[in-house]
Parts: sequence; structure tokens; C-alpha cells
Amino acid sequence: MSDAPFLSAKGISKSFGGLKALVDVSFEIQQGEIYGIIGPNGSGKTTLINCITGFIKPGAGRVYFKGKEITGWPAHKIAHIGISRTFQIMRPYYTLPAFKNLIIPLWSPRAKKTGGWRGGGKHGDRDTVAVDILEEIGFERDSRVPYKLASTLPTGYQKRLELARCIAMRPEIIFCDEVFSGLSMSEIAGMTPLIEKMKMEGITLIMVEHRLRELFRVADRVMALNFGEKIAEGLSSAVIEDKRVKEAYLGKEAV
Amino acid sequence: MEMMRKERIDRGIKVRTEGLYAISSYREILYLLGPRLLLIVGILLLPLFLELVPYWKRVVNIMCVYALLALSFDFLANYVGLVCLGGAFFVGVGGYLSAIFNVYLGLPVYLSIPFAAMGGAIFCTALLLPCLPLRGVYFAIVTLMYPLFFTRVVEALNILGGTNGITGLDSLPNEYVEHYVIIIMTLIILFGMRRFVNQDIGLVLRGVKDNDQSVRASGINITYMKALAVFIASFVGCFGGAYIAHLYMWAGLSLFALDFSIIPIASVVIGGGGTLVGAVIGTFILVPLSEILRAFGTFRIVIYCAALTGFIVFKSEGLMVYLQRKYHQFERWVKI
Repeated sequence: MSDAPFLSAKGISKSFGGLKALVDVSFEIQQGEIYGIIGPNGSGKTTLINCITGFIKPGAGRVYFKGKEITGWPAHKIAHIGISRTFQIMRPYYTLPAFKNLIIPLWSPRAKKTGGWRGGGKHGDRDTVAVDILEEIGFERDSRVPYKLASTLPTGYQKRLELARCIAMRPEIIFCDEVFSGLSMSEIAGMTPLIEKMKMEGITLIMVEHRLRELFRVADRVMALNFGEKIAEGLSSAVIEDKRVKEAYLGKEAV
Repeated sequence: MEMMRKERIDRGIKVRTEGLYAISSYREILYLLGPRLLLIVGILLLPLFLELVPYWKRVVNIMCVYALLALSFDFLANYVGLVCLGGAFFVGVGGYLSAIFNVYLGLPVYLSIPFAAMGGAIFCTALLLPCLPLRGVYFAIVTLMYPLFFTRVVEALNILGGTNGITGLDSLPNEYVEHYVIIIMTLIILFGMRRFVNQDIGLVLRGVKDNDQSVRASGINITYMKALAVFIASFVGCFGGAYIAHLYMWAGLSLFALDFSIIPIASVVIGGGGTLVGAVIGTFILVPLSEILRAFGTFRIVIYCAALTGFIVFKSEGLMVYLQRKYHQFERWVKI
């Protein structure tokens, strides 16, 4: 299936009661690219992620991954085939220490299948792998941070923990739901290399963002949504100059 | 004016016993083993002490059954996030199955109890499966409903002995076997569960409680995990039920009595939720208490409720959490 696009969505629609959250949104993503999704508040970005990753069922439309239809699959099955996601509102396991948070993805059937949970040799255990992954994502191994309760971590670390939870699954695609929002400039500066590193490792990234400047630094292509409709797609420099995008962000009078 | 603040600090010995150095001196070893040994030896010797007051020996057995139910409630509620009011359901299913195996199929008692526990666990899990994908109070409601449902079914259809129940179950060989079967089982389940919830698979279950969406995003089927937890909890409950049926040599509708649902929950509240051992300690306080209060007739419910309300209002964390804190930490006043 080499000619089929890596991930594609065709005509995704979703309405909650009378509210049309998504109207006929389609897009295609190539393997290894960073694809940005932007749009004002309530434009349906997170709903789109939820539809694709199986957290809600799309009202209409189809989702294909490597040429295989995955529309309406349950979330755990979609995660199992390699489509991982972070949550906009961080959802760590608050009662567990940070490194124990990763035991759960490392225990998953996908990690068992890929053997990703095995650390040093045959008898390596999950705890070791968990600390390794955390170090990779910016937790100092020798500090006390990885061993602290997840509830006591600052926002920046909790965002990293979200990413670590995805990476532990060794996914092929990661949907990042606003990983930059709520972070300070220095925290973003620390986060951007992680994104670039993941891209170099061949992970396809789909990033929903409000922080446009930071997003455009890393994104290859961008799609803009407004009131659930796709209004522009293409290179970031072209999308930001698009009239409809400007209208959506600034209002009709300002343009 | 000087402001003072209460500060809570770990005891030196607690910190010393956290690593491998704990085995370097007998004091540290004693600090770690003491409370555990106190509990284990205490429970094991209980029937021997009670030779002095034979009436109370029966209470020990019932107390342990309630302890099993409280453990299963604590496990489901505080480690998996399922509030289960189904103690009566588990006991009833376990008891009736044991009676069927023993009386109708003629299996000896040492087979009927384990078979009933296993069969009952499968049966209960299968019946509770439809409400596992739902979040919220549905699970609690359904578990509360099933014992009432089965009571009426047995009554109305006059099956399984009807209102008289199934009589003529084999008793356990002798008094001491009666005691120690349930005591050892309680200890095994208590320490086994404590170990289980800290294993990797136990952490996944705790993840389901903390936030199930993240677990789903990690590629794990949460319905399957919940079913596994319900299976474990109902196995424990059904074992208790099967044991009671053989203890009374009778399986009847009173096995579906709501006492089996309510007292374990009250015990967990008193003992401290999420500690597991608190559940056991809680039953060891509540069940004898209700036995003492028997003299007051129905008025005991009032005293019972007052005690429970007092606990919820003044020590809602529970006895065991409080004791653990006192054991591991000390408090002092510091200036701010």
C-alpha cells in the first residue's frame, strides 16, 4: 500500500445536538511530516483529534491509516496500531510517581508486541525503561523529579509526561493537543527540540496549537479550521496570509 | 505576634528502613516487621484465646468473611474506581453455587468451596459485564440490584429450595479447620492484594481509577481491565459466601441480605479506604461491636449509625491512615 497516504481523513463531520462541530473536513498526511492544525477557540480542532483517535465517533466520514479504514474503532485499538495522542488538559495518573506513570503504556499490548518495554537485556524491567524514556524527554535522571508524585509536578513537566506517555508506546503518529499552551517561553524553548527530535526519529506529528509562532517554526504544513470547516491548507507562510484565516482570527472588520 | 505552624516530619527510622540498610539492625527490622507480625500472629492466635469464651469463636469466622468482603470492596473502590455494593450478590452466588455443588452434585466440601468461588466469580463477572463500559453510578446501582433480583427469582419460581433454602450441606471437618480455613484465606488475600496492586498490572488498574481516558489512549482496553478486577473481587466475595454456606450447612435467601453489602463498606470507612489492611481492621472492630450491641435489640442500629457518623465527620480518613501516620511521622510546632 505504498501509494496510499499515510493517514487520511475524508469528509469528517460531527455535530453535538444542533451544534455542528465539524463539517466535511478532509486532509491527508505524509509519513514523517509535522502537520499543524490551527483555528480560533471552538473551531473543532480537539473534536477532530477525538474523532480520529476514537474517543468520539464521527457522525460521517472515513479515516484511513496506511490504506486501512479505522473509522469508529475504539480508542485503545487505534492506539494499539500506532496512533497516539496527548490530552489538552493533562491527564497524568496523579497518585503515581512520574516514572510509574509510564508503566501503564509500557504494559500495553502494543509495547509487549514491539518489545519496547524491555530495557537492559532479557530481564530488563519496566521501571528502568520508564526512567530512560523520562530522561530522553527531559527529566533529570539523578534529580528527584522523576520519582515525585505526578500531581506535584509543574505544568511543563506534566506536558512532557504526556509526551512521554505517547513515546513509551513507540507510536507512528502522535497527535499533540496544544503541548505548547500554558508554558513559559523558556519551557517552550526546551520543548521544541523534543518535537524536532521525534520528527528525526521518523514519527509523524500532528500538532494542534494556539501558539502560532512556535508552531510555524516546526510545522511543514498547516491546516486552518473555523466553525468546524476547513478554510485553508498549505505551507504555514501561505496559510497565515490567507484572507479567510485572517478573518477568523482578527474579525471581518480588521481585515 | 509569633506565628506557629505544625510541621510533620518522617521519623528517622522510617527513612532508614526505606532502603536495603533496613536489614542492618534488629531495630529497623522490627520496625518493618512489627506491625505485620502483630496482625498475623494476632489473628492466628485469636481462636485459641477465645477458647475461654466459646460464644465468640463463631464470631471470628463471620468476622473474617466480612473482612474478605471489605477487602474486595476496598480493592474495587480505591484501586479500580468501581463502587461495588454487591457484597450480598457475591455471598449469595457463592453460597448457592456451593450448595448446588455439594448437595445436588455430591462434591466434597474441599472441592465445592473452590469450585463455587471460581464459578461464582465467572458468573458474577458475566452478569456485571454489561455495565462495565459505563462510567458513574451505574455499576453501584446494578450491583445493589442483583441480590434483590435473585431473592425474588428464588422466591417466585420456588427453585433452589425456595424460601426454605438448600439444607444438608456438609460441614467442615472440625472447629479448627473452620477457623483456620477462613483466617488463612483472609491473610493470603490481604497480603496478596497488597502485593498485586503494586505490581505493574496493579498500576494499570490504579490508572483506570485515576483517569481512564489516558489508559485508553495507552492502547489498553479498560473494559477488560475492569472485568479482571471484578473477577478478582467477586472471587474473594464468592469464597466467603461458599464458606458461610458450609459453616451454617445451609444456603438460603438470607445470604442475599444487604448486611453483606453494607457492613463491609462501613468497615472500610472506619478502617481507612485504600489501605486494604484498614478494611480488615475495620471489620474486626465493627462486627464484634454489632455482636455486643445485640443486647440492645434493634436499638443497636442507632448506636451503630452514630458511631459511623462520628467516624465520617471526625476521622474521615479512617483509623489505619491515622495510625500509619503516627507510626511513620511525628509532628512539631515551628515558627514561620
